[in-house]
Amino acid sequence: MSKKEEILTINHIKKDYGSLEVIKDISLTVGKGEVVVVVGPSGCGKSTLLRCINGLETIQGGEISLKGEIISGRQKDMHLVRQKIGMVFQSYDLFPHKNILDNITLGPVKAQHRKKEEAEEEAEKLLVRVGLLDKKDAYPRQLSGGQKQRVAIVRALCMHPEVMLFDEVTAALDPEMVREVLDVMLELAREGSTMIIVTHEMQFARAIADRIIFLDKGEVVEEGTPEEFFENPKTERARKFLNVFEFDTVKGVEDKK
Amino acid sequence: MQDLGIRVLFEGKNLIRLLEGLWVTIEISLLSVLISMILGIVLGMIMTVKNPLVKAVTRLYLEFVRIMPQLVLLFLVYFGMTRAFHVNLSGEVSAVIVFSIWGTAEMGDLVRSALISIPAHQYESGRALGLTEGQIYRYIVIPQTIRRLVPLAINLATRMIKTTSLIALIGVIEVVKVGQQIIEASRLSVPSAALWIYGVIFFLYFIICYPVAKLAARLEKAWNTV
Amino acid sequence: MNIDVLKEYAPAYFSAAGLTVRIALIGIAGSFLVGLLCSLIRYYKIPGLRQIAGVYIELSRNTPLLIQLFFLYFGLPKIGILLSSETCAITGLIFLGGSYMAEAFRSGLEAVPNIQIESALSLGLTKGQVIGYILLPQAVSVSIPAFAANVIFLIKETSVFSAVALADLMYTAKSFIGMSYNTDEALFMLVLSYLGILLPISVIFTIIERKLRYAGFGN
Repeated sequence: MSKKEEILTINHIKKDYGSLEVIKDISLTVGKGEVVVVVGPSGCGKSTLLRCINGLETIQGGEISLKGEIISGRQKDMHLVRQKIGMVFQSYDLFPHKNILDNITLGPVKAQHRKKEEAEEEAEKLLVRVGLLDKKDAYPRQLSGGQKQRVAIVRALCMHPEVMLFDEVTAALDPEMVREVLDVMLELAREGSTMIIVTHEMQFARAIADRIIFLDKGEVVEEGTPEEFFENPKTERARKFLNVFEFDTVKGVEDKK
Repeated sequence: MQDLGIRVLFEGKNLIRLLEGLWVTIEISLLSVLISMILGIVLGMIMTVKNPLVKAVTRLYLEFVRIMPQLVLLFLVYFGMTRAFHVNLSGEVSAVIVFSIWGTAEMGDLVRSALISIPAHQYESGRALGLTEGQIYRYIVIPQTIRRLVPLAINLATRMIKTTSLIALIGVIEVVKVGQQIIEASRLSVPSAALWIYGVIFFLYFIICYPVAKLAARLEKAWNTV
Repeated sequence: MNIDVLKEYAPAYFSAAGLTVRIALIGIAGSFLVGLLCSLIRYYKIPGLRQIAGVYIELSRNTPLLIQLFFLYFGLPKIGILLSSETCAITGLIFLGGSYMAEAFRSGLEAVPNIQIESALSLGLTKGQVIGYILLPQAVSVSIPAFAANVIFLIKETSVFSAVALADLMYTAKSFIGMSYNTDEALFMLVLSYLGILLPISVIFTIIERKLRYAGFGN
């Protein structure tokens, strides 16, 4: 693998809730422009991993650094760190009392103290790209789930983050809306955004990932290119995990007959 | 520390007198609460009737009673009734009348909203099971209504107990009035009596209302699953 | 009822109503601030302050305003704290109203999903910005019906201020009844004054609530 600039380095982090160990020991390095997809059975700690990176959860061991600067375990100025990390949640979570444009410009204007006109101009450009410029004055309740999620991505993008975190962003969507969101993410990947994606969409993972990380029971079990992971999983646990999906497809086909 | 003003409580029969005054407060509250609950249930059922005239009249009654401060209502009955009907009402009777009129209105509204909050499919599933209308009320509607109603009714009762303090202002000899008499009588012997007596009355009200309010909150939590 | 008597009484009631409204406004504004403070203390579970706020809320909600006022007006001077009628009235109203407003805020704050806070944090907003731009606007809009009920409740409660010698509407009515025996006119004007204050407020709140219900947020 070519030696790129390291954006995010995770060094032996641990996270537990009392006796429940969610992350046992995870280390991970993400280079500039790299797209890392994290997969694994539910409860494997993949969402918690993203929340730890963004400081929404405190870690009990190890450290996380962003461009060489340690960001974990901070008490103050966490908000400055979060400005460099974009996060998109499963439940989109636009702010219901603000219209679409205000949702997007809140962070740039209030957190980054950028000029309102400039932020709005950029927000509109981004909205054009996701095909939602005509919704800029609408309120979140007037949008479909897929539209809301695209706005949520734009909201994170407008902060010019070093890295974007996607936490099962299509899991709450109706099937016909999944595609429009994934397309936006594919385009971002093509343009060289650094992304960490947690998803259950295996085909999408294969298409977008530079590298797949397979987590189980709070640790990295397997790591490799999509081809390696999907064609020739090295571990028994990964094979089992992938089989679940295989079986579902076969069964789905047979049901149709 | 100045003089130990709290001794005013233990002089003569002061504490007993205060508690007797408190009992008057409680008696008037309980009587009004009882009347309000009974009449309120009737009013609430009447208010669910579709007849527009009945609706308008009950609505007007409810809104007027609710928008007027209780002290104004007390004045209206205590000073006004005497002149209008040439009956001389004592403070106690006026108080019970006013609190019942007010409590009935509040209770009526609680009952009405509890009744209309039972979804139509509850009635329908009762019918689907082959229950008679009487059985549907007895086994389905009334138990659910009561669960919604009881915590709210208890809350109303604590509001009524607190409001009873107003009757001191129309001369009823209850806990506040007794307190004032004690303060007056010990003006020279215990100059700080007012601080202690009003402090004690404050806590007497708290001791009564707090457990009742807690009970209501608990019931509400426990029965909220309905 | 005698029209001339009503005309004669009107100015006194008018100025008394002004006093009632003025004190109610100050008291309600104060209650709002105290309530906001208490609810935020409890929301963020600030140790120490949280227990104090809890005790205050229970004391305030479970005792009558009249007794609170008597304690302030007659009791406190005995330990050297002498408050004017007006200060007593305002302090008492804030002491009472603060807890009711705190409860109203609390239900609003609890209605804001945690993920809203997290997504605001993940945009890099500071804690203070999250409170100001995300938490409070959403909480307040949920709490509006409760605020409205509290405002009307607190205005009604001002009727006991005559007991601490404040020349409010009740005080005016009582003195006219005592002085001239024109009981009917005095009571009529009393009812009219309170209707004049409370009815418009109640109507406005009903309209606002109806609008809010139709324009519910939803995500």
